[in-house]
Amino acid sequence: MVKVTIDDIQIEVEDGTSILNAARQIGGEVVPPAMCYYSKLPGTGGKCRTCLVEVAAGSEKDPRPMPKLVASCSTPVQDGMIVKNKTSEKVHTNRGAVVEFLLINHPLDCPVCDQAGECHLQDLSFENGGEGTRYEEEKRTFDPIDIGNKIKLHMNRCILCYRCVHVANQLTDKRVHGVLNRGEHTEISTYIEAAVDNDFSGNMIDVCPVGALTDKTFRFKSRVWFLKPMEASCECTKCSGKTVLWMFGNEIYRVTARKDKYGEVEDQDGKAGWICNDCRFEKKDPSKWNIIGPRTINRHSVISQGKYSAARANSQKKIENGDK
Amino acid sequence: MSSTHVDLSKRHSETPCFSPEKLAEAQKLMSLYPEGKHKSALIRILHMAEEEFGGWLSIETMDYVAGIVNIEPIEVYEVASFYTMFNLDPVGNYVFEVCRTGPCMLVGSDNIISYIENKLDIKVGETTKDGMFTLKTAECLGACGYAPMLQCGKKYHEHLTNEKVDELIAAYRSGELPK
Amino acid sequence: MARKLLLEHDSVPGIETFEVYKKHGGYRSVEKALKKMSPQEVVEEVQKSGLRGRGGAGFPTGMKWSFLAKPEGVPRYLLCNADESEPGTFKDRYLMEKLPHLLIEGMIVSSYALGANLSYIYIRGEYMWILDILEKAIDEAYAKGYLGKNILGSGYDLDLRVAPGGGAYICGEETALIESLEGKRGNPRMKPPFPAVKGLWGCPTVVNNVETLMAVVPIVNDGGDEYAKIGIGKSTGTKLISAGGNLVRPGVYELEMGLSVEEFIYGDDWCRGIANGKKLKACVPGGSSVPILPAHLVTKTAAGETRLMTYESLADGGFASGSMLGSGGFIIFDEDQCIVRNTWNFARFYAHESCGQCSPCREGTGWMEKVLNRLEHGQGNLRDIELLEEINKKIEGNTICPLGDAAAWPVAAAIRHFREEFEWHVSHREESQTRNYGLLKESLVG
Repeated sequence: MVKVTIDDIQIEVEDGTSILNAARQIGGEVVPPAMCYYSKLPGTGGKCRTCLVEVAAGSEKDPRPMPKLVASCSTPVQDGMIVKNKTSEKVHTNRGAVVEFLLINHPLDCPVCDQAGECHLQDLSFENGGEGTRYEEEKRTFDPIDIGNKIKLHMNRCILCYRCVHVANQLTDKRVHGVLNRGEHTEISTYIEAAVDNDFSGNMIDVCPVGALTDKTFRFKSRVWFLKPMEASCECTKCSGKTVLWMFGNEIYRVTARKDKYGEVEDQDGKAGWICNDCRFEKKDPSKWNIIGPRTINRHSVISQGKYSAARANSQKKIENGDK
Repeated sequence: MSSTHVDLSKRHSETPCFSPEKLAEAQKLMSLYPEGKHKSALIRILHMAEEEFGGWLSIETMDYVAGIVNIEPIEVYEVASFYTMFNLDPVGNYVFEVCRTGPCMLVGSDNIISYIENKLDIKVGETTKDGMFTLKTAECLGACGYAPMLQCGKKYHEHLTNEKVDELIAAYRSGELPK
Repeated sequence: MARKLLLEHDSVPGIETFEVYKKHGGYRSVEKALKKMSPQEVVEEVQKSGLRGRGGAGFPTGMKWSFLAKPEGVPRYLLCNADESEPGTFKDRYLMEKLPHLLIEGMIVSSYALGANLSYIYIRGEYMWILDILEKAIDEAYAKGYLGKNILGSGYDLDLRVAPGGGAYICGEETALIESLEGKRGNPRMKPPFPAVKGLWGCPTVVNNVETLMAVVPIVNDGGDEYAKIGIGKSTGTKLISAGGNLVRPGVYELEMGLSVEEFIYGDDWCRGIANGKKLKACVPGGSSVPILPAHLVTKTAAGETRLMTYESLADGGFASGSMLGSGGFIIFDEDQCIVRNTWNFARFYAHESCGQCSPCREGTGWMEKVLNRLEHGQGNLRDIELLEEINKKIEGNTICPLGDAAAWPVAAAIRHFREEFEWHVSHREESQTRNYGLLKESLVG
């Protein structure tokens, strides 16, 4: 076990734990945001740079600060390490910079994007982004395409987290989509017209932090905040059958895996609760489900219940107190 | 902009196939890597395939290479689209790649590029109507002291002037300079 | 004339063949190391020599070697980085073209020192004709018993192979190189773990530049102490410089560290001054990634001291008034050159070469290129200059690999030293389109 201090809170964690996961063990405000890292998908992380933190002291043995901010998702803690996240001005500035970079080519199409309301980029911008844009150039654009008959790819919205590629590698038997080209021309694509067709391909939608991969059976049907999430289960031979049904009245609008506050699928029966395409796309009849009851969405999200009003109340309080 | 819906121009009409000698060469290249690491030979085999099958990598060529290396086609597309030497569109018999980076620019590469454009009546990225020449630009090719320069196949042509470009084009046209 | 350690015989006809190379003293270091020295003794000589990585970073080679993990039963690899693609740099190409056996010799001795039995030369794909030269030389070395099993009866085995890239500057970054060698896209890896612990195929790996590995040969032959006698302070030995741009005699030169920059630019044995009788406007002394120096800071430091060709002297003044030796890609700009145009050109290079994996580099390099493109083409505003400085700061230090910094530094330095010229492009939009060279500065040096 090693001791690490994050934003003045000390915690003891197992050797080899990343700074991000140590922060998650503490929970709350000290947890850096993560757009590409996904704990259930080994190999993810390091790319988006939103989880950058300041290491004020490397370790007990070598207390020198690290010269650059580090990606907390892929930097292991050392005994005696002191990390600053919320308490670092440098982190604040540079995270804002990363958000700006992620947004310069991102379309401002939240009003017509199915991900709105549960989009991690929205949350990130809300918390760390600036007002307006300084980007005067033409945004890069791609045509939306179908990858398989149930999944739509809006490459314009993609932030290149590579999570969906890892899903294809780790959950399906054959990967037909991947990362093509390079630099600012990098894109997720199948290159040829190929269908992503596999029992578990739908999980790509669940891991996508933005609206780049959306469920074609749900597109444009409803805003997520009008729907009622219900925990449900069914007998399924392919997956755990433990899902969340997004309902309006008695109608099932969409089915997703059960996700935690970081947007990651929860463990079911001791392993990651990925769901199969049958459960996700085909079972829209409530009689096929055992509906357990309402699901609290514990996401740290702009549009999660109360979040908006809480933020408003907070700023109101600041104004009253004469803070900036 | 999306390259996903690939038009027919990225396809070969027939399935490419290495000669037995070339196939043996590809297999030898893979066998030089430790067991299970034969994918390491991919880039070199793609160079071979490009040379054998018209100077570019069609979808059929890449699928064929995927079969030889025993990996998924997408893994080949990912690699081929990353590296600038691989042409994913058809090219002419001779591809002129003119270096455009700083040190070459300082001594006139922009003029050389315009000169070739006028001379061949094509723009950068295009192929002459007779299918002889394709003009491309390249980033630093490591000939800064001998600039301006262009690469055609394996060959570097350096200290370029308009006159030298004329001679070069004539020599390639007449077959005096081999591919 | 200066002492030459690597280029002593580069003009001997047939030096690329085993016979001629051997006749001129080639492969002595292999005999010496494999028969008379332990691997550790070779490492110690390299440490004593003070040799620093010649690819650009200048990290002490002996120290890099000492970091190599040596777990039981796991192979270790030595990789030669011959992916030379830093704009302004063409020395490795010259070295390999002329002296393929010197590289093979350096790799045998270095692989022996590190305990590697399989080593690779990763060469940029555009240098395919040099790959042919290297493979021919390697075949000769195998035939003469310098490669393969039980080299010279020493019991030491080494296989040496060449692997080409496919056109990607980023593969000069050592973890991207490893990815590429494994047949993948050249995306740099997250560090830690470093290659010394987990490199090629997950095994401990050392990656060294061509010139670095060649320098090991004289170090083993004459001893690390002898090598360290050449040069000044922590800049020991000789350095290959690729000189390009507006010079009377551009080309590849080997110089003893410590030669004055002035002598190098104007000396009869060296570049012989600025081409066409023009004046010096600026110099990028170490490849496109290092800060540009305006004429008055090229031959003298800000403190008025003579600027020397060493790691320390070129960096004197930090980023405010200094630069870096980098890869030794020495680029000279004459009075007719436009700094804005060149800065845009370099920015376009980095945007083109970004692997696209991490957001600050993928988005930031593309953004800088577009803003600079507008400025250069008479479409810019004054606030674009501040914007560039801002984007710069936001890329620097925030990326997975050093390409982000490499893209940011040249833009920052160009604005730092030539702000008036950027502003002139905004205030004189039309004129800036008809006159290439921008503003003439009074500080030009004849």
